[in-house]
Amino acid sequence: MIIKQLSVFLENKAGRLTELTGILGRAGINMTALSIADTSEFGIIRTVVSDPEKALQILKEHNFSVSLTDVVCLTTPNKPGALARALEILSVEGISIEYMYAFSIGEEAFIIMKTEDINRTIQVLKENDMHLMKAAELNNK
Amino acid sequence: MIWNEKFETMPGEEMRKWQGEKLREMIERIYYNVPFYRRKLQELNILPEDIEGIDDLARLPFTTKEDLRDNYPYNLFAVPMSEIIRIHASSGTTGKPTVVGYTRRDIAHWSEVVARILTSAGVERDDYIHVAYGYGLFTGGLGIHYGSEKVGATVIPISAGNTKKQLQLMEDLGSTVLACTPSYALYLAETIDELNIERDRLKLRIGIFGAEPWTDSMRKKVEERLNIKAIDIYGLSEIIGPGVASECEYQEGLHINEDHFIPEIIDPETLEVLPPGERGELVFTTVTKEGLPLLRYRTGDLSRLIYEKCRCGRTLVRMEKCLGRSDDMLIIRGVNVFPSQIESILLEMGETEPHYRLVVDRENNLDILEVQVEVGDQFFSDEIKKLEQLTAKIRRNIESTLGISVKVKLVEPKTFERYEGKTLRVIDRRKLD
Repeated sequence: MIIKQLSVFLENKAGRLTELTGILGRAGINMTALSIADTSEFGIIRTVVSDPEKALQILKEHNFSVSLTDVVCLTTPNKPGALARALEILSVEGISIEYMYAFSIGEEAFIIMKTEDINRTIQVLKENDMHLMKAAELNNK
Repeated sequence: MIWNEKFETMPGEEMRKWQGEKLREMIERIYYNVPFYRRKLQELNILPEDIEGIDDLARLPFTTKEDLRDNYPYNLFAVPMSEIIRIHASSGTTGKPTVVGYTRRDIAHWSEVVARILTSAGVERDDYIHVAYGYGLFTGGLGIHYGSEKVGATVIPISAGNTKKQLQLMEDLGSTVLACTPSYALYLAETIDELNIERDRLKLRIGIFGAEPWTDSMRKKVEERLNIKAIDIYGLSEIIGPGVASECEYQEGLHINEDHFIPEIIDPETLEVLPPGERGELVFTTVTKEGLPLLRYRTGDLSRLIYEKCRCGRTLVRMEKCLGRSDDMLIIRGVNVFPSQIESILLEMGETEPHYRLVVDRENNLDILEVQVEVGDQFFSDEIKKLEQLTAKIRRNIESTLGISVKVKLVEPKTFERYEGKTLRVIDRRKLD
């Protein structure tokens, strides 16, 4: 259930994101989800890709600071209150969320999140019949 | 081991006598053969026969890098060009390069002093010396090369660049000694980690590092990461190249080959010779040089001299590890800042790579110092708050040491090029008009 998310340090410089995506594209690596956290000086790209190990290797060769981070992808019905219900489960258990990014389409919503304890998160969500996606499912969606 | 017992363990009084005699000979040579020096000596009403011994040195005129440039390329040479068998030049970052020339005897002396420093570093004839200093006009490569041959070690003249191939050859050929700049040594260590090369496959045991200032904390890092003894050597092309001074196994200051290069420490402002033990600008007089003898050459390097006898048995005076140049020093809002101070702080924190650059600018008549630090893989966190905490910590540590406020910016790895020569640490954008 753990998804290896690729995290990349980027300086706020014109063309850097284009370069990054170009490198991944040429290597035949697909991005399923992507979010950018930015400050005035730098940004962090967080992305779920088709082959995280290969992406890590290639980006290292291109001198990026890069790491793999364990995240989960929760799916909920695309309905009002669905996310609140899922988050409620975590908050009752005292698990805090470090960051998340989400989108919904059609009947489903997808929420990628990093929490302070990923294994407990998985356990708690499963116990409460929440649906988590595997990396392979996400990439083939 | 000591290469040349006679000179390296010569009692102080005897050395001073030797230096006095050599100085007298040198003054005679330059007075009659170098118009620039004849004019300078005449202005001071000094004749060669006035020089009686080493105590007369302090009366003599200085030579500066500017003088070398003004006399570009050959006007300070003291022999006809037919006697010159080699030219080297230093990279002129500003304006023309400085050109130096060697006679056959100069090359022999150079090999001798490099053989001494290699021996004091622990190099023996069974060693394989991987010379990754640049070969060419830069004195590093050929200087170490000739000294290594003199020692009788096996020289691998790999020169600089193509790091992966270097590591392959280092492994295949069994290199035991690495000679390069400290920043390149660190870069090699990083590459070894990146390529997951097991350290056991390399036979390295000694590093001969010089050509740029580096701190003791950087030494520790290089020693740990490469599992070697890292020896600091000092030299500059104007004086001869590598071989001017070097540490022995005790790493407590660098023994100066003072039978060839007489050191003095002066106050860079008043130009007065400072009392023994005080820190100031290092000045050398190259008493045995034939091609380009320099009188009281101002190196711009800051150090102090240590006169106590060393545990290794050498009596040669030692200079403290050179941590800055008088022209590297930045004055930020009236405070003196050396790039090496920032480097020490970063290394002591151990949370970032010691790869940094200082950018100085002036906004609204106020100096702004920005410290750019590379974020290495092992320090990268994908949480903004952790990176911001790191930035804040670097800033606090620098501010508490230097006493001025700075801006810290994290930059991507390998932003700053690692040169085989010298790394550009400072960009000063202030327009002082």
